[in-house]
Amino acid sequence: MLTYVLQLYVFILAGFVGYSIITRVPPLLHTPLMSATNAISAISIVGALVVAGSRYSRLASILGFVAVTCATINVVGGFIITDRMLRMFRREEKPAELPPGEASK
Amino acid sequence: MSDARTLLTQASYLAASIFFILGLKSLTRPDTARRGMQQAAVGMLLAIVGTLIVEEIVEYQWILAGLVLGTIVGWPLGTRVPMTAMPQRIAISHMFGALAASLVGIAEYTHHVGAGAIPRPQMAALGFEVLFGALTVTGSFMAFGKLQEFLPGRPITYRGQNVVNIAAMAGAVGLWLYLIADPTATWAFWAMTALAFVIGVSFVLPIGGADMPVVVSLLNSYAGLAASATGFAIGNTVLIIAGALDGASGFILSIIMSKAMNRSFANVLFGAFGAAPEASG
Repeated sequence: MLTYVLQLYVFILAGFVGYSIITRVPPLLHTPLMSATNAISAISIVGALVVAGSRYSRLASILGFVAVTCATINVVGGFIITDRMLRMFRREEKPAELPPGEASK
Repeated sequence: MSDARTLLTQASYLAASIFFILGLKSLTRPDTARRGMQQAAVGMLLAIVGTLIVEEIVEYQWILAGLVLGTIVGWPLGTRVPMTAMPQRIAISHMFGALAASLVGIAEYTHHVGAGAIPRPQMAALGFEVLFGALTVTGSFMAFGKLQEFLPGRPITYRGQNVVNIAAMAGAVGLWLYLIADPTATWAFWAMTALAFVIGVSFVLPIGGADMPVVVSLLNSYAGLAASATGFAIGNTVLIIAGALDGASGFILSIIMSKAMNRSFANVLFGAFGAAPEASG
């Protein structure tokens, strides 16, 4: 039981850290932020790798294989596209990049 | 030997967590952002390598196949997609992320239920993971369809929609609670999973195309929470931390975006219910 309580601690503290950092991200960088957190959420690859490699059953191996594939797509695609986006911010701050919520107006 | 391996794995997870937090922190300033995200990518690589050495992994052919196929598909998604297609690209990658989390949850459930009893807290985490993962899969696909315009962008509504949606959600949560009481009830697990897939569709269809970025951001939050739940279920801290960061970010962003459109968050999500479609746009 203690393990779960400690996990809850970690979850709440990480959420708190996330909250205090993300509220300070300027609107200019909101689209890259979405793309970045999407890439980071691909961390579920860690769970997928274990399932794919554990030889639980044939079904689990196949599910694991599909999960590893999906998560890898996000790792590779997510970090590359975030980098492409951020490359545009290097020299001067371009106000042209609006968050998607504004772009659709 | 095995202790040393565990230590290495845990060290890689700790490093990855720190790199992720620093990466997000770097996004508070345009001049540090790029470097910070490159560090976050290194963190991801460390976490993957750290996982490949854990004792549970006994065979590598499925892993290798998944890594290769994922790279082949992911590379053009990163390098070729135009910047103007960003919202739908993010939507479709939420689908991949949530699919990965749900499949891990399903595989873990079938394995553990076959091997005997599942402890209740673990069942709660697994159920949450599959519930939120599955509804994010179909919800993201609907959002992708609306942004890519192969689905109609206007809200699709019918009479009594809100009642049906709320009943479906209540049913799924009910099945989840039932599973916590009796983790061996496989029928409840599959019914909940199926219902979650349907909920993803039925909740996103009534929302207009112009409001999709808010929905995509909210689904980002769900994908993060599903990843966090995976962490609870398999006892993995880096998953809990990264998922919590992602969950917080998606939630905050969707509220900020709603405000930028002079709408309340609830209005975006439920505004189409019973209201005329002119509310969006």
